[in-house]
Amino acid sequence: MSEPRTLLAIDKVSKNFGRVTAVDRISLEIRENEFFALLGPSGCGKTTLLRMLAGFETPNHGRILLDGHDIARTPPNKRPVNLMFQSYALFPHMSVRANVSYGLEMERLPAKEIRSRVDAILATTELIPFADRKPEQLSGGQKQRVALARALVKRPRLLLLDEPLGALDRKLRGAMQLELKRLQHEVGITFVIVTHDQEESLVMADRMAVLRDGKLLQCDTPHAVYEHPADRFVADFIGVMNFVPGKATADGVKAADGTRIVGTVPSPLASGAAAVASVRPERIRLFPSPETANRIAGTVEALAYHGLDLQLHVRTALSPKPFLVRVTADAADRRPVSSGDAVELGWDAADVRIFAD
Amino acid sequence: MVSQIRLRSSLLMAPALAWLTALMVVPCALVLALAFFRRGIYGGIEYTFTLENFGLVFDPLYAGIFLNSARIAGTATLIAVVIGYAAAYAIAAAPRRLQPVFLFFAVLPFWSNYLIRTYAWIVLLNREGLITQLLRWFGYTGEPPSMLYTEGAVIAGLVYNYLPFVILACYAPLSRLNPELAEASRDLGASAMTTFRRVILPLTVPGIAAGAVFVFVLSIGNFVTPALLGGGRFQMIGNLVYDQFLTANDWPFGAALAMALIAIMLLVLTAQALAADRAAGRAAEAKGGADG
Repeated sequence: MSEPRTLLAIDKVSKNFGRVTAVDRISLEIRENEFFALLGPSGCGKTTLLRMLAGFETPNHGRILLDGHDIARTPPNKRPVNLMFQSYALFPHMSVRANVSYGLEMERLPAKEIRSRVDAILATTELIPFADRKPEQLSGGQKQRVALARALVKRPRLLLLDEPLGALDRKLRGAMQLELKRLQHEVGITFVIVTHDQEESLVMADRMAVLRDGKLLQCDTPHAVYEHPADRFVADFIGVMNFVPGKATADGVKAADGTRIVGTVPSPLASGAAAVASVRPERIRLFPSPETANRIAGTVEALAYHGLDLQLHVRTALSPKPFLVRVTADAADRRPVSSGDAVELGWDAADVRIFAD
Repeated sequence: MVSQIRLRSSLLMAPALAWLTALMVVPCALVLALAFFRRGIYGGIEYTFTLENFGLVFDPLYAGIFLNSARIAGTATLIAVVIGYAAAYAIAAAPRRLQPVFLFFAVLPFWSNYLIRTYAWIVLLNREGLITQLLRWFGYTGEPPSMLYTEGAVIAGLVYNYLPFVILACYAPLSRLNPELAEASRDLGASAMTTFRRVILPLTVPGIAAGAVFVFVLSIGNFVTPALLGGGRFQMIGNLVYDQFLTANDWPFGAALAMALIAIMLLVLTAQALAADRAAGRAAEAKGGADG
């Protein structure tokens, strides 16, 4: 397979509001037909970046290249980019059909073509029965689909989605995550989604960028970001992580109580520097075999049953916070544990990530 | 329990009802009754029933004054709506914390007396008034322009006096408008002008209608502004009624004119109420549909 083509290149883009730097020299490349997520806590600059892509903000520095052309100063109505708003921003005085037709009317297309394209997108988004309703007569999920249809019918080069699932309840959100991915595949349009929900970006994105304080921390596939976080913040922000603070050694981290956690130390970290060793809850085994590199004794403090798995809080001498351990329902059935039990935790050196602290 | 609440609400309503009955319903009924009597030879009232007064209202001379009043009030309404909507738009677009300040300045003229405000316009428009002096200062040497005692002066006075109503009425829906709606329109390819015409304007029409009705109803019955700024040359219904009661001493005809004026106002207000009701009904129906 040939290398995927770059559709959008964000080149050292900065944006300040007065003395506040919302976006700080961010460079990113988004590929053709990709589902790309901009992830970060609130105030990280992801929404400002999205609004610059849509044309509602102009960067102070840098270029935004779409198919090689700088669109940083092109007004929003002149770019082949559409935004699905967080509030959906459906026109309340227009029917679903009128909302969806609006963008095509602006292109002055013939009425017949508008009608057939609107019919097609209403069918794709399963909105045909609601075509004559007003937005206030729709449920949250239906509104979301109208907002999506209204943007997609324009066949943009790039579709931007601002927290598209934020207003939906948890169960519906799960269904819509898969629905959005299916639609993206079907229409073959590049999606850029902004979210603060790390789980959402892990599920949906082909690649994701993690932002904090206007800076880009990491840009990679969800798998790479989850398994090889760039720094301690990313490791903590994405998923759940157990941290053991200590000092860097040649082959790991020495915890405050003298316990050695074996793992690969990243090259910039000098021996003796403050460091933190980390391991994911699902990589920890209860009652490990004797040859496991890292083993530590602890006491079960609390258990939480989640159906699919059992989550344990295990108190150890390694860190002030208890270790979080996930045991599959299957393993928990074979060797049940209960609160107060003494257990041994073990994990491989390959599952340890070490960061500067 | 229910009867207690009813009792309490009727007690609370009583003063307002008494006030309205004594000062609104009774005088109106008296004026209405007056309209059915004949004028006495020496200006008194002859208590014999007649419909003559109402017939006279439709006399071309007086019907013409009604039409003239409607035209002047309509022109003033149109100008006030254009200026007021633009001002309300600018205020709604200003930073949130400055908006109450701008609104305060918009309604500030209301805090002074109507007559004084209208006299101020005489000072402005006078042949040797402020505007003429300003023109002279810029080097104008010709005849001073005659601005006072024209129809334009009357319209200017009406627009000036009722503008705050339009600003307040239009500001309410404009400030509630989700700014993302305008952004969505731009995002979908609409120019700023098209966005205004197809999204912002339709969503703020109720405010425009409320403000326009206010200006029209208050303008068509006005008699102070046409008397002071029109110099009596541009008679409106209000002046006519005033004349019948205080100059011509024909109270029955004055009463018939006043009733005709009230009828026009009620017609306009009812039309607006019905339109607003229909809009509200549509919204309620829409909401019911979503629940069902």
